[in-house]
Amino acid sequence: MSAKTQSLLWVAQRASAAVLALCVIVHLGTMIYAIRGGLSASEILSRTQGSVGWLAFYSVFVLAVAVHAPIGLRSVLLEWLGWRGASRDVFLAGVAIVLAGLGMRAVVGVFA
Amino acid sequence: MRDFEVPRHASQTVLDVVTHIQRALDPALAYRFACRVGVCGSCAMTVNGVARWTCRTHIDKAVRNRNEITIEPLRNLPVIRDLVTDMREFFDKWARAKGSFQGDRSRRDDFSRIPSEGASRKQIDAAIECIGCGVCYSSCDVVSWNPDYLGPAALNRAWTLIRDERDTASIERLRAVAGDAGCHSCHTHMSCTERCPKGISPTAGIAGLKREVSLALLRGQL
Ligand code: SF4
Ligand code: SF4
Ligand code: FES
Repeated sequence: MSAKTQSLLWVAQRASAAVLALCVIVHLGTMIYAIRGGLSASEILSRTQGSVGWLAFYSVFVLAVAVHAPIGLRSVLLEWLGWRGASRDVFLAGVAIVLAGLGMRAVVGVFA
Repeated sequence: MRDFEVPRHASQTVLDVVTHIQRALDPALAYRFACRVGVCGSCAMTVNGVARWTCRTHIDKAVRNRNEITIEPLRNLPVIRDLVTDMREFFDKWARAKGSFQGDRSRRDDFSRIPSEGASRKQIDAAIECIGCGVCYSSCDVVSWNPDYLGPAALNRAWTLIRDERDTASIERLRAVAGDAGCHSCHTHMSCTERCPKGISPTAGIAGLKREVSLALLRGQL
């Protein structure tokens, strides 16, 4: 992988971190607000189902995780296990796909 | 590890102790020094677990509670013998980080005029007094984990050149310091900054490099 691509990954990780910081605040804030009056799971579902706003918000959240986490793992794998080279990047692309897949499954689950 | 008894003197440095051992107790002891006044950068060792320039480190500062002191070679560098490390990799990385100035003027051109109050000149001033002692390199965990990592001193050197208005090799240098072996691997631990005997903050320079690389990337220059 070229130094340019590695630099791009770094920028992507910083950018996704900024997105995640916002998403976490909105997510936690909404949760605390929503369950204040003792909201049940089905009541929450009735608000998220069909809501394009929440679909978009949580899609962004999940995709930011799928970008952010594997790039961080990339350094961890090198520094802790000495794993470098193309095999590590292929593995991490897999991690990104699994994270995005599982996350989007949950997002669609509360939308549909 | 060997034990030696060394007489204690006022204003004694760690280098004085090593010199006493070599002169009076073990003539075969190998160690390195030159200037003895904190200029040459050749005397760095690990003193009670901490990398230090030994000629400017007083024993009083280094000794903990008991009158004992452990002196080892610098970490993150191959040991040649006793307290002498092989610094080749350390300096090769300066070259890999494009640590030499490249200009486009000849002796027939006029002097460049760089105002001493300019922002980039001030950033250079804060980072330029490096003596190449290797203390930062020896203190950096990322160097231990990732042997390709250029390390704080080489990146700090690159930073001073990136800020140099006369230098003409900025983009090649940014390429050389980008990525896994370069500035992007720094975890901002700040051990280098904490330990540098010259009060330099390689961490700050590396953060500057990350910024400059990102800007060049966005401008499509990398
Ligand atoms: S700040 Fe960066 S270069 Fe300095 S010790 Fe930490 S990881 Fe190494
Ligand atoms: S930056 Fe400081 S610690 Fe590192 S080599 Fe230069 S003088 Fe020594
Ligand atoms: S002997 Fe020169 S810096 Fe210590």
